[in-house]
Amino acid sequence: MSILILAEHDGKHIKQSTRQAVTAAGAWQLPVHLLVTGSNSTDLASEAAGIAGVAKVLHADAAQFEHPLAEDVAALLVQLGTDYKVILSAHTAFSKSVLPRVAALLDVAMVSDAISITAPATYVRPIYAGNVLTTVESSDAIQVVTVRATSFAAAAGGASAEVAAVNVPASAGLSRWIREDKTVSDRPELSSARVVVSGGRSLAERFDELLEPLAHHFGAALGATRAAVDAGFAPNDIQVGQTGTIVAPELYFAIGISGAMQHLAGMKDSKIIVAINHDPDAPIFQYADYGLVANLFDAVPELTKALS
Amino acid sequence: MKVLVAVKHVVDYNIKPRVKPDGSDVDIAGVKLSINPFDEIAVEEAVRLKERGVATEVIAVTIGKANSQDSLRHALAMGADKAILIETEAEMQPLGVAKLLKSVVEREQPGLIILGKQAIDDDLGQTGQMLAALVNVGQGTFASIIDIKGDEIEVTREIDGGTDVVALKLPAVVTTDLRLNEPRFIKLPNLMMAKKKPVETIKADDLGVDFNPRLKQLKVADPEPRKPGIKVANVAELVEKLRLAEVL
Ligand SMILES: Cc1cc2nc3c(=O)[nH]c(=O)nc-3n(C[C@H](O)[C@H](O)[C@H](O)COP(=O)(O)OP(=O)(O)OC[C@H]3O[C@@H](n4cnc5c(N)ncnc54)[C@H](O)[C@@H]3O)c2cc1C
Ligand SMILES: Nc1ncnc2c1ncn2[C@@H]1O[C@H](COP(=O)(O)O)[C@@H](O)[C@H]1O
Repeated sequence: MSILILAEHDGKHIKQSTRQAVTAAGAWQLPVHLLVTGSNSTDLASEAAGIAGVAKVLHADAAQFEHPLAEDVAALLVQLGTDYKVILSAHTAFSKSVLPRVAALLDVAMVSDAISITAPATYVRPIYAGNVLTTVESSDAIQVVTVRATSFAAAAGGASAEVAAVNVPASAGLSRWIREDKTVSDRPELSSARVVVSGGRSLAERFDELLEPLAHHFGAALGATRAAVDAGFAPNDIQVGQTGTIVAPELYFAIGISGAMQHLAGMKDSKIIVAINHDPDAPIFQYADYGLVANLFDAVPELTKALS
Repeated sequence: MKVLVAVKHVVDYNIKPRVKPDGSDVDIAGVKLSINPFDEIAVEEAVRLKERGVATEVIAVTIGKANSQDSLRHALAMGADKAILIETEAEMQPLGVAKLLKSVVEREQPGLIILGKQAIDDDLGQTGQMLAALVNVGQGTFASIIDIKGDEIEVTREIDGGTDVVALKLPAVVTTDLRLNEPRFIKLPNLMMAKKKPVETIKADDLGVDFNPRLKQLKVADPEPRKPGIKVANVAELVEKLRLAEVL
């Protein structure tokens, strides 16, 4: 029996989170197969075949996967999945849409957002916004699992696995892709950035003006609280937290952020946390390695200047 | 068109839950419970569809203990027309919830089904997609805008790195993200009126589906606490510390 990982890519490259899922799969000590969906995606399949620890790439190349729909990818996984012991993926928006559908069609439970795996079937995962960790055991014959990418190192390259084409079932036609609006940015991806500079609602209209130069210094990704996003100061895809993106960078700046538990859930596993807040009692300081009590409108420009 | 909304009664988002001393479970005895925030957004969206004349009836459904009624009352006070409590004392997991919801879907034949993208207690985010699979319809997860156009619904979804838009054949399942709407404030008279609205109770055991939990919880624990940090006096000291930590 083997493990099937649903790979994810941006059309050009396999995502870092897929490499992290490959590392997570190591817990089973079973052969790992990577499913790559796409259209005209030979290069992506080759890149996938180079990931260390991958025994075989299943390449599902079809016009309908130019923009893969959850319903169609799930149907493909169900067709392939009965031969596998584990169907695994990183806990991304794409996999969160696809894997529960697969689990239901296979009539098995699903484990979401596992941060540690004790093979063959025991998982640790956060609940209640990361305030509690639960250890669960699954008794199903096929394990369907997403893993928190930041909890696992990324698998290296340099391998050369076999690539096998797979038959793609016709689209069920339940849904249709219309368009997408992806933020174009030369910044690293938020979920895998080495440094993240996040701001709260108090930055208001000056969110970009103050944080961009600081982020630029580190080649960092920008993050935000829900309050900053809701108020329209930052785009939704940079919300960090329980219901946004989970990050665990080497260095995290929390600027004008109170430290609500829903926000902490998304960043408290960062290696070093820096907080700048003018309220000395802000909860964020209980999590900060280095806390600076200051008016951010003075401190952030000063910090940016000191660094350059 | 009927709209079915699934609501879960959960520990209020303001409360930090505690682990029982024996590590067997989270201690929720006496803790304030409320409607899952994403489900409140789901109810709001359904009620707005009715107010715009797109929906004819809004039905709220919950699966759980008798006290889950409180979240149904909340939905009724927001403007749902009727509510269904599928009552069970058993521990519920998404697959079982999806199967029970499927039987309600078969009975009520809604044109649209709205769930939250995730319950803030289990943080699983599975039920909507599972239900969509079981009833073999399309799914629009993490919705921030919905737009019904003829026999289709267009769903703008919040995904990694931006948004996308998919069109789903109706009936379909939508799961709500935070930006879909801002739920209304409930006025007292509406709360009183909600008491008169019908709540049907069905015993989960009478629905003839297997909703036994598949995952066994072995233990719960507090996460590892972070090492206490320090306050720095000024920007210069902060830069110095970061330099020493070799992250600059
Ligand atoms: C269902 C649900 C899901 C949620 N999911 C998330 C999530 O995923 N991510 C998330 O972040 N939140 C989430 N939230 C919201 C969360 O509860 C908080 O409301 C939010 O994180 C607060 O954002 P904030 O820190 O920007 O704002 P506030 O809490 O208003 O804090 C502002 C802070 O800025 C400081 N400040 C103000 N002016 C200055 C100044 N001039 N200089 C320095 N400091 C200053 C203040 O002292 C304060 O600490 C969720 C809430 C719910 C109900
Ligand atoms: N017991 C339940 N009763 C009604 N709806 C539920 C229940 N559990 C989950 N849901 C719905 O499914 C969504 C996602 O829950 P989950 O998959 O547990 O994160 C919730 O926001 C609800 O809309």
